[in-house]
Amino acid sequence: MSAISIRSIRKEFKGHQALKSIDLEVRDQELCVLLGPSGCGKTTLMRIVAGLETETAGDVLIGGNSVIGLPPRKRNIAMVFQNYAVFPHMTIAENIGFGLRMKKVPDAQLKQQVQEAAAIMHIEHLLDRYAGQLSGGQRQRVAVARALAVKPDVLLMDEPLSNLDALLRLEMRSELKGLLRSIRTTTLYVTHDQTEAMSLADRIAIMHEGQIVQYDVPATVYVRPATRFVGGFIGNPPMNFLSEPETLTALGLQPPVAGATLGIRPEDLELVAEGGLPLRAEVVEMLGASQQVNTRVQGELLRISTQATPTIVHGQALRVSAKTGRALWYDAAGRLLP
Amino acid sequence: MKPHRQFLYAMAVVLAICWLVPIYLVAISALSPKEAATAWPKSLLPTDLTLETLAFFVQYTGVWTAVFNSVVVAVLTMLLAFVLGAPAGYALARYDFAGQTAYRLLIVMTRAFPLAILALPLVTRFISLGLYDTQLGVALVHTALALPFSILVSSSLFMGIPRELEEAAWTLGCSKLQAFRLVVLPLALPGMAATMIFSFVISWNEVFSASVLTLNNRTLTAFLFASLEESPLYFRYAGSFFLILPSLIFIFAVRKYLFSMWGIANR
Repeated sequence: MSAISIRSIRKEFKGHQALKSIDLEVRDQELCVLLGPSGCGKTTLMRIVAGLETETAGDVLIGGNSVIGLPPRKRNIAMVFQNYAVFPHMTIAENIGFGLRMKKVPDAQLKQQVQEAAAIMHIEHLLDRYAGQLSGGQRQRVAVARALAVKPDVLLMDEPLSNLDALLRLEMRSELKGLLRSIRTTTLYVTHDQTEAMSLADRIAIMHEGQIVQYDVPATVYVRPATRFVGGFIGNPPMNFLSEPETLTALGLQPPVAGATLGIRPEDLELVAEGGLPLRAEVVEMLGASQQVNTRVQGELLRISTQATPTIVHGQALRVSAKTGRALWYDAAGRLLP
Repeated sequence: MKPHRQFLYAMAVVLAICWLVPIYLVAISALSPKEAATAWPKSLLPTDLTLETLAFFVQYTGVWTAVFNSVVVAVLTMLLAFVLGAPAGYALARYDFAGQTAYRLLIVMTRAFPLAILALPLVTRFISLGLYDTQLGVALVHTALALPFSILVSSSLFMGIPRELEEAAWTLGCSKLQAFRLVVLPLALPGMAATMIFSFVISWNEVFSASVLTLNNRTLTAFLFASLEESPLYFRYAGSFFLILPSLIFIFAVRKYLFSMWGIANR
């Protein structure tokens, strides 16, 4: 059992509140992704769990035991760094075996575990090389193998794919997903890439300005964003927000309370022949499977995602209505109304 | 690109001539018979090479004691500069502390302070401490001279080693000391070795404080300096050559480390 419990963790940097009382429970064997824009505190939170950063207040439990005050080496964690941090003066085999060597694992067993970890990441043929002779993708594999070799209670991954080029990132992402599913180690994974988060996570914790604003399974995070921020951050293109009463009425919607803001995904708007909200297509992007149309209501940008045919042309007059049951409402503070 | 390169080469040649011609002249004079040192016109090519002059120099009373003193002082300086300089450099590279910029500036400023002003107070202090005319006393002053270099170079060496490497070592079971020993030090070692040899050369070449602070236990530089007045020209050439040689060899040995440190793959 190695669940992670983060309780009321606060972190201040020179008077600035980087983390404002964070609570987070990651179940045993769960893959939790910390997602947020840069500067939201997600990396700081992970570094506090690793013991690389000292919290101002609060508690962190791994497997039910508080690890506060323990140095990283006594937390039985392993971490994969954004820039891989493969030791340049050691061979790949020495790199992967480093954690085991520190644990004083006997030579024969160490060798075998290095082989196993290398086999999982498909880098057996690189064991005698040095990091300088490896490509970025290969170094990434070494970093993951090195973390897996120590069989940690908790695996921490700090934007492990962000330094790879786009194609390699996709490939590594699906490979990582399969790998993390099969090893079943409790994992905390930091990223700013929503696609990565959606595809990998059991649950996503979305962070904004030092707080967790929503913590749920990917589908719920997408379908029912807990705040306007989440709606605007998740989804490409992001959610539309409208509050003019006439506009809402034209879309066929009635706010549950006066002054509520409508949040609706671009794909939850549909084109209708009659009625609806009259609009003019400003920019049309053909995306293959769909078309994305940018329009403007009362000066506000409104994005519509619609099927690929019939083709919509620039300047075309459109009539738009909301699909039933897809409208979400947010109060003045940006919170989702029930 | 082409004219730029040509200019670079031209400057390199000019610099090389400035440094090499005196060394060359000293070398051929030291390797020529005694009479050649004072002969006129001087031949610029070594006509008859002999070790006679050098042999005379090394047999001269006191030379070997002076060489021994120089080596002891230089080794002490090298070790002290490393032991004090490396941690200071590490602190400058890794920790954010109040007054860091001022501290950096202060380190450099110690080099700007004229040693001549320090000489008299140092001598009286050293006499009262029993350090006067000892190898350790000279080594301490040389350490002070070598430290700024040692601190600043080792600080930039440590800065060149990504912090994540250390953090990775911590998460993989290292204490801070182990991480330093197993990860940081091996990566910094070639550069550190070069720094240490530099400290050695600084001490080996230093004349002023060595002359002021010693009487009987003279280092080679101080010994030669003291005997310059009464010694013939060929003796000075031989002495100079003897002084230059180790520095040249050392610098030549570490030259590649001065240019290429570890190819740190993460940067």
